[in-house]
Amino acid sequence: MSAVTPDQLHDDHHHHAPGGLMRWITTTNHKDIGTMYLIFSFIMFLSGGVMALTIRAELFQPGLQIVQPEFFNQLTTMHGLVMVFGAIMPAFVGFANWMLPLMIGASDMAFARMNNWSFWLLPVAAILLIGSFFVPGGATAAGWTLYAPLSVQMGMGMDLTIFAVHIMGISSIMGAINIVVTILNMRAPGMTMMKMPLFCWTWLITAYLLIAVMPVLAGAVTMILTDRHFGTAFFNAAGGGDPVLYQHVFWFFGHPEVYIMILPAFGIVSQIIPTFARKPLFGYASMVYATASIAILSFVVWAHHMFTTGMPAATQLFFMYATMLIAVPTGVKVFNWVATMWRGSMTFETPMLWATGFIFVFTMGGFTGLICAIAPIDIQVQDTYYVVAHFHYVLVAGSLFALFAGAYYWLPKWTGHMYPEGIGKLHFWASIIFFNITFFPMHFLGLAGMPRRIPDYALQFADFNALASIGAFGFGLSQLIFIVAVVKCVRGGKKAAASPWEGAEGLEWTVPSPAPYHTFETPPVVK
Amino acid sequence: MSPTIEKYFVPEPSKFPIFGSFALLCIGAGAVMWLNHVGPGPEVLLVGVATLIYMLFGWFGQVIRESESGKYGKNVDASFRWSMGWFIFSEVMFFAAFFGVLFYVRVISVPALGSGENESVLWSGFQGVWPTAGPYGADAFSPMEAWGIPALNTLILLTSGATLTWAHWGMMKDNRTQLKLGLLLTVLLGALFMGFQVYEYMHAYSEMNLKLTSGIYGSTFYMMTGFHGLHVTIGAIMLLVMLFRVMAGHFTKDHHFAFEAAAWYWHFVDVVWLLLFVVVYWL
Repeated sequence: MSAVTPDQLHDDHHHHAPGGLMRWITTTNHKDIGTMYLIFSFIMFLSGGVMALTIRAELFQPGLQIVQPEFFNQLTTMHGLVMVFGAIMPAFVGFANWMLPLMIGASDMAFARMNNWSFWLLPVAAILLIGSFFVPGGATAAGWTLYAPLSVQMGMGMDLTIFAVHIMGISSIMGAINIVVTILNMRAPGMTMMKMPLFCWTWLITAYLLIAVMPVLAGAVTMILTDRHFGTAFFNAAGGGDPVLYQHVFWFFGHPEVYIMILPAFGIVSQIIPTFARKPLFGYASMVYATASIAILSFVVWAHHMFTTGMPAATQLFFMYATMLIAVPTGVKVFNWVATMWRGSMTFETPMLWATGFIFVFTMGGFTGLICAIAPIDIQVQDTYYVVAHFHYVLVAGSLFALFAGAYYWLPKWTGHMYPEGIGKLHFWASIIFFNITFFPMHFLGLAGMPRRIPDYALQFADFNALASIGAFGFGLSQLIFIVAVVKCVRGGKKAAASPWEGAEGLEWTVPSPAPYHTFETPPVVK
Repeated sequence: MSPTIEKYFVPEPSKFPIFGSFALLCIGAGAVMWLNHVGPGPEVLLVGVATLIYMLFGWFGQVIRESESGKYGKNVDASFRWSMGWFIFSEVMFFAAFFGVLFYVRVISVPALGSGENESVLWSGFQGVWPTAGPYGADAFSPMEAWGIPALNTLILLTSGATLTWAHWGMMKDNRTQLKLGLLLTVLLGALFMGFQVYEYMHAYSEMNLKLTSGIYGSTFYMMTGFHGLHVTIGAIMLLVMLFRVMAGHFTKDHHFAFEAAAWYWHFVDVVWLLLFVVVYWL
């Protein structure tokens, strides 16, 4: 029963923790590791962003101006890989590291040392991945999906990418196991599963998805590796294999991966909207069940990425209906967010702006997803800019906007200062306007038949491409505002109270801002 | 809720993860250099493997010392149980990918290659029947028979599962002799299994012309049994470590999850083998 004494004893232990760089290299503290994840992911976001802007600069007008087609293909490939595996996924893991222990009243993640390794594998993977630009033959140019047979034919940049994917997979699986165990085993007394903040639920389910599908991706790229160097014939019809087989294995990973990148975003938005509507989340239980339904359905929809690669009509129908079924739980979520806001005492601070912006723009991406799910229409739009528009609406306006929402929401907790509100709002409005200028015209380009992953295009696509490029540069520059906001917030600014948001609920707001290095060493009791 | 709340063990800062990262960087970069004949590939790879071994010894050694000094309470034990279970699930999914591949080629793509336009236009005369090295290129080979060494290996692995459970019973009864004997038998049976696998591979290469390059049959056969063999080896090393720890006096009948984790892993490779035996060797 002596809850105080061991705490005081424990504090003495931390005196010999290393300082300087070694602190960050050896740390076992979830807040340190969370911070490193977030900084790493933002650096990768900027790297992937520079690639995107090079792509958009080339596409500003028809003809070849800036880059050669080979390099253009490398850019589209690496932009996708870097954004998916380097920016979006690690950013969510950073949020999980920072917030999950605070939200469930745990002292740290369940496996603090392994947590460190999960992070420090990512710079290794990034070195291999981005370093591949500088090897003979350059980076892989097979598209981020690394389809065979193209990926079997690439130069050594492809091998570097394969090992980078392996290492990121190891990192993700360890991170996911850590999150699952933390949530299942380290909740404070009284924090039952159905009392957990929704962010915890969405991450729990995301972690299960990661554990289930990252090994499948590892298997897929391993088969590419042996096809390239050891004479196997998995994806080679001459040896009895099948290139389409690669697509099946990849998308068995790839579709759950899409939800890995959006479910934690749902979680963040579900934390923010109740706070600024000053109402509890509408339909908490249905949100949990909807998240689980989306996760389960994600395993039986993969072939909707392959409607044009050849499959029986009955199979197309199955995958088409299964895909459209996902609109039901996703719709439940959108309705619940809107119902939470209904008659709420709403204010629109920066996090809320991003969250409402998320709902609006993400839902548009959801609708275009439904359109792509319809097999006969997909045959028209597949591999066109319509698809590019669709997945940027859900990945940028979905995942990324939610990440910014979460960052502004929890920055006061992390730094102890309020971020500059005006700059935050400017960041939001610039982003959402330029985002739509960039990606909305792509719908029209795609419907008109402009193919993706092509450095040159026919003249009739010129106007919308110029518009999209202007939007892209505006969007890219807008992200620099975020750096200003964060630096100002870290350096100073208005002192943040333990609970800076009027309507915020949850254990993370019961500890001081900034959150002390060690929190909840003695678990709180949740009533 | 229990009246006393146990403090969860949070380790001190550790140098081992960064060694692990450096190791994987060298392994990845070294393997790529080696495969592409650029720079000192094997040397870099070797540095990586050596660093990884150092890291594994150091890290697991530290965990064992922490465990033996009683730092891990019930809560940490539960964490280890959850994590080992989900780690094994991730391994299941890795094998599931390859089982899916085997299903796909046997049921869908190989028959499709030997029928319809594929057959009449592209691969004229190709019989889409399993086993096959594909319509083009690879020399004729004999497929692996189930009822020779593979059946014997099935018996060996199943027996090793039984000896391991017997060892566990020894642990529960505090009968250290039974525990040691059971573990030793299990490791020896595992080694015997691997010996037979190696012999089978050599036989396949020299007598049956069955190689990794023997089209899709060779690919799936060697990759699936090969990855399984790798996992048997890892499992046997885990059990060997457990044997050494038992001989060093580690574990009590209430506190021996490391042993159980290794046992779970062993049963997992056992089950994978049974599936392999049925769909790779037998059917």
